[in-house]
Amino acid sequence: MDLLTSIDWYLIFTSLAKTVVVLGIILTMVSYTVYAERRVSALIQDRLGPNRVGFPISLLGAKNDFSPFLGGLGQPIADAVKLLIKEDFTPAHVNKLYYWIAPALGIGAVIVSLAVIPFGSSFLGDKMVIADVNAGPLFIFAFSSLGVYGIVLAGWSSNSKYSFLGSIRSSSQMISYELSLGLSVIPLFLILGTLNLSDIVDYQVKNGWLLIPFTNGHLDLRKILLWGPIFISFVTFTISMFAETNRLPFDLPEAEQELVGGYHTEYSSMKFALFFLGEYAAMIAGCSLIVTLFLGGWHLPLIPDGAGVGGWEALHAIPAWFWGLVNIAVFFGKVALLLLFFIWVRWTLPRFRYDQLMRLGWIFFFEIALVNVFLTALIVAVIPN
Amino acid sequence: MAYTVARPKLTFWEKFYLPQVVGGLAITFRHLVNMLAGRTKVVMQYPEEKWDASLPPYYRGAPALVKDEKGRERCVACQLCEFICPPRAIRILPGELPAESKWSKVEKFPEQFDIDMTRCIYCGMCEEVCPEQAIFLRKDYATTGFSRDQMVHDKARLYELGGTLEGLVFKWNPLK
Repeated sequence: MDLLTSIDWYLIFTSLAKTVVVLGIILTMVSYTVYAERRVSALIQDRLGPNRVGFPISLLGAKNDFSPFLGGLGQPIADAVKLLIKEDFTPAHVNKLYYWIAPALGIGAVIVSLAVIPFGSSFLGDKMVIADVNAGPLFIFAFSSLGVYGIVLAGWSSNSKYSFLGSIRSSSQMISYELSLGLSVIPLFLILGTLNLSDIVDYQVKNGWLLIPFTNGHLDLRKILLWGPIFISFVTFTISMFAETNRLPFDLPEAEQELVGGYHTEYSSMKFALFFLGEYAAMIAGCSLIVTLFLGGWHLPLIPDGAGVGGWEALHAIPAWFWGLVNIAVFFGKVALLLLFFIWVRWTLPRFRYDQLMRLGWIFFFEIALVNVFLTALIVAVIPN
Repeated sequence: MAYTVARPKLTFWEKFYLPQVVGGLAITFRHLVNMLAGRTKVVMQYPEEKWDASLPPYYRGAPALVKDEKGRERCVACQLCEFICPPRAIRILPGELPAESKWSKVEKFPEQFDIDMTRCIYCGMCEEVCPEQAIFLRKDYATTGFSRDQMVHDKARLYELGGTLEGLVFKWNPLK
């Protein structure tokens, strides 16, 4: 019985509940990001996009199918069903073991990295982050580099030149951009002095969002001076995130015109869907990290946190758990807006040439991030907090 | 011969790239807004909107048989259309009009007249060749069915599609 009492059941239960909720939200978001991608790309190109599939509630006895305002909102569900029931074909010429492991590795790494992101303030007294570790960004960078293994293994085990070229490109691209990704956020840690993502958000609640420093209602010289390096770091970080998640203009690994499908050329059905899912989940993880680091996480001015603290006094009349939920919604709303920005950029810019991509990563962003670190260090040294 | 393509000279801001990116984003955003506001013209939403009203008079849709203004079959089962039909979509079983019939001088009528719409290529040769102006390509373009049998139009269906046609016929239309 000693064992039973020593186990922290509360921690296990709440962590499990949070994991299930976050996974549910993320997977739903992934499928609707794909829908948004198709719809926004269509609207940008003066087309309509998928606008037909509604929810077939007439099967359940309702009078008509439910097709809300934009139409096509049932499309992701139809797509998911299609991918699940398609024939799962394994080509004869592949290395079976790695061929099967690769998709799982690809998505597993991304999903794990979501664990450290604070997706809300607190709800019923429990912090809305699955793992409140003191090395949040490092944890995420580590796991996003592990994601390269999925791609490399997929390309290697497929035994096909297109997959192989795609995976080679992808790995070199991800390794190059991880450098500027990691370096570009060091200025933030110089300013904040912590690697705990929850603490980073708390700092932003008190002192204003890093990118928009006047959200707490006052500005001083230090903030204004630091805004420059933070902005540079935001731009380099965001662009590196584009490269890290293989998004256009850096989607060399799956350049359809050159490589058929890139590293997942030989994959079909649910294994392909896992890569697809992993790619979009990585995008969501990246956007969550940007929101957490630069855009104040779950915080919105005037809205109190989950403990009913801060914000506009008049709103304290409403119970705190409601504001906890609002904070979660605010976080995912910010992430969704950033995802829309990612989609918008994708359908605006053409793809980079491979040497341009490498030059950009190694000659520009690496140096800019490095100089930015020294610049920030100088400002922090001259005007201490 | 070797030919050197002149590279455009880029200004400082163009070399900097980011302002150009913002310009591109502005262009795509304008397209997005125009679409959302309904200012951009988009393609016809087919099953809800149809182009039937703007079909030209010489449109070549599904072939159909017509009756004249007195309700008589125009077809005399001469089988010219059956012979000319390039994909051999038409099958006619000719029958003889009885001697006591009022129209016995016409001699023949089609007992069966089948057009296989899975074979028809809408070329209009049958209409072209028909000496009695009995077969026409009408404006039906959505020919559907759940089986191959349903895609074969029999005589009753062909008359249903064709209806009656009075007076001088389309055949002499200069646009045809």
